Amino acid sequence: MLMSGSEILLDALEKEGVEVMFGFPGGAILPVYDAIYDSKIRHILVRHEQGAAHAADGYARSTGKVGVCIATSGPGATNLVTGIATAYMDSIPMVAITGQVGTDLLGNDSFQEADIFGITIPITKYNYLVKKVEDLPGIIKEAFYIARTGRPGPVLIDIPKNVQVAKIEYDGYPKEISISSYNPTIKGNPRQIKLAAEAISKAERPVIYAGGGVIISGAADELKQFAEKIEAPVTMTLMGLGGFPGTHILSMGMLGMHGTHAANHAVTESDLLIAIGARFDDRVTGKLSAFAPNAKVIHIDIDPAEIGKRKKADIPIVGDIKQVLQSLIKEIKTKSHSDWAKRIENWKAKHPLTYKNEKGKLKPQFVIEKIYEVTKGDAIITTEVGQNQMWAAQYYKFDKPRKFLTSGGLGTMGYGFPAAIGAQAANPGKVVFDIAGDGSIQMNIQELGTAVCSKLPVKIAILNNFNLGMVRQWQELFFNKRYSNTCLSGNPDFVALAKAYGAHGILVKKQEEVIPAIKEAMKINDRPTIIDFRVEPEENVFPMVPAGAAITDMIQLA
Amino acid sequence: MRHTISLLVRNKPGVLSHIAGLFSARGYNIDSLTVGETDDNTVSRMTIVTIGDDRIVEQVSKQLNKLIDVIKVVDLTDQPFVDRELVLIKVQAEGEKRSQIIEITDIFRAKIVDVSPKTITVEITGDDSKIQAIIELLSPFGIKEIARTGKVAIARGREAGKNKGGATC
Repeated sequence: MLMSGSEILLDALEKEGVEVMFGFPGGAILPVYDAIYDSKIRHILVRHEQGAAHAADGYARSTGKVGVCIATSGPGATNLVTGIATAYMDSIPMVAITGQVGTDLLGNDSFQEADIFGITIPITKYNYLVKKVEDLPGIIKEAFYIARTGRPGPVLIDIPKNVQVAKIEYDGYPKEISISSYNPTIKGNPRQIKLAAEAISKAERPVIYAGGGVIISGAADELKQFAEKIEAPVTMTLMGLGGFPGTHILSMGMLGMHGTHAANHAVTESDLLIAIGARFDDRVTGKLSAFAPNAKVIHIDIDPAEIGKRKKADIPIVGDIKQVLQSLIKEIKTKSHSDWAKRIENWKAKHPLTYKNEKGKLKPQFVIEKIYEVTKGDAIITTEVGQNQMWAAQYYKFDKPRKFLTSGGLGTMGYGFPAAIGAQAANPGKVVFDIAGDGSIQMNIQELGTAVCSKLPVKIAILNNFNLGMVRQWQELFFNKRYSNTCLSGNPDFVALAKAYGAHGILVKKQEEVIPAIKEAMKINDRPTIIDFRVEPEENVFPMVPAGAAITDMIQLA
Repeated sequence: MRHTISLLVRNKPGVLSHIAGLFSARGYNIDSLTVGETDDNTVSRMTIVTIGDDRIVEQVSKQLNKLIDVIKVVDLTDQPFVDRELVLIKVQAEGEKRSQIIEITDIFRAKIVDVSPKTITVEITGDDSKIQAIIELLSPFGIKEIARTGKVAIARGREAGKNKGGATC
């Protein structure tokens, strides 16, 4: 059938199973939007392209499917960049489609021309500039395949306007694709698995350090089985939360800069560290030489380049975590470590996560505990970046994967709200909460228009302390309380703002108002709700390990 | 230490940007980089000379291997290999100096490819030490310009280079 590039694109997206995409039109992508007009795929119109990228990301994280965002050339494309970089750092499958000026205008500094191919090289898993419409079907097929397989990541397809318009005889979307130079290792090497099993059988103080890879691989059940079989305590990275049940007896919660006492001490004293889908990020390890200094390291990851990147692995296993764990579970014998378990229990009992819940004061941690209680731990939680993110990670106990969506690697303020929009679009019946700060929420607050217009009942809990809280905390602790540019005295009235957009707004100033407000928000299912929680302005995130210190060097609540 | 890495890559637009971008983004050094088609016109061979300790070069290899367009990465440094570079050297050459320069050129089995009233241009092919040596000998005459291709390299023997950078674990 004779079809245009745009029609082929939409047909390909349908064949890839895309249900919803997020975007913003413009000159160089108009032919594609004309095809969208006739398409079955739902298109959610955002208010800024960054919102489209984060929404596609939130869609992807909450479902495991590939998220799709669309923008025009030039500024439309560059506005996607932060969202693409966010997805890249956290290995999120995404396909970003951008319009480009016609091939005859390329390279002429044409109106709304930007070299988005060149710009996105370091922040995509792969990218394309489509020069001929004949190449388009194969490129889309490759792009989706690359985005979701191996270590997932964003792929960008830049399509010049004349390619969108050009017509060719289209004989259907390709069924198969093979890329000779791209073959991720899926099955773990049996010899390495045997070595790992031997090390596990000899270990007296094993610790499992689980990262986002567990969730990406869909290996939460296997991880639970594995941990229980060898009775090893589990600590999770920020990205790994939900990969292992937070309420499980073997869970020590998060490790690292704002990790728990038990997790940081257990890692430090362990004789065997089993890193699963984690990458020894500096926020996790603190001073690298003092991280698990006496432990043998087993490192399981699908990306060979992660092995030995930061810390030497004694037993590396490259492969898909689900498959590797399945093989490993068969290879290991049931073990117990009662002395080790007792020590960990002791750390947990003596040094739990804690805050001072003073009468008459509204503490942000209290708000998160109540959101946890009212939603019964079953909401999809997105966060912004900063204190709100750390408190959400500490005080909401995630028992299931794909419930906690947060920008871990890049640390993108403004991520949470559009990501919540994407997650809500993907999960219509579920409760989606964005735990926000008053600083971060204002980085993409324009998406209120998107959520209202698309009838997405996202709940936004603003932990409003009229400060850029995390930066303020660093200034208090490490910069002699010189509060340079962290006070947000010009905050809007968020309730009035919500109303102006046609959303619902609730103001909460007292402890006793918290639960009723959350319940009220949960009843609203046709528009977003902002809850403006006026929390204690000087509350800090503890424990805290100063940057570059050993992770046992923790500043505790005074 | 200096490592010579040989890459087979898909012969597609943008490949060079992806590879060069990787080196700059991760702060690796490129001493030289050459690229050209192989016997299969869909595949190009790149020879990259990079400097770093073993840990860094292992990372370079792994990160290169991760690029979608990279088919194979071989660190030739660990095995017998032949490397060659072609260099054009324009030397100041007047009066009796001309015969001295021609003599040096003969000894090195180099070629004179251009002569002008005041200069001689010498073409030399060889490995590092040979090129270093001729440059040293010609320097006293006054080198006006040098153009170097960068190194190309290939493993010795019948076997194709052994893949060292891949997922061996």
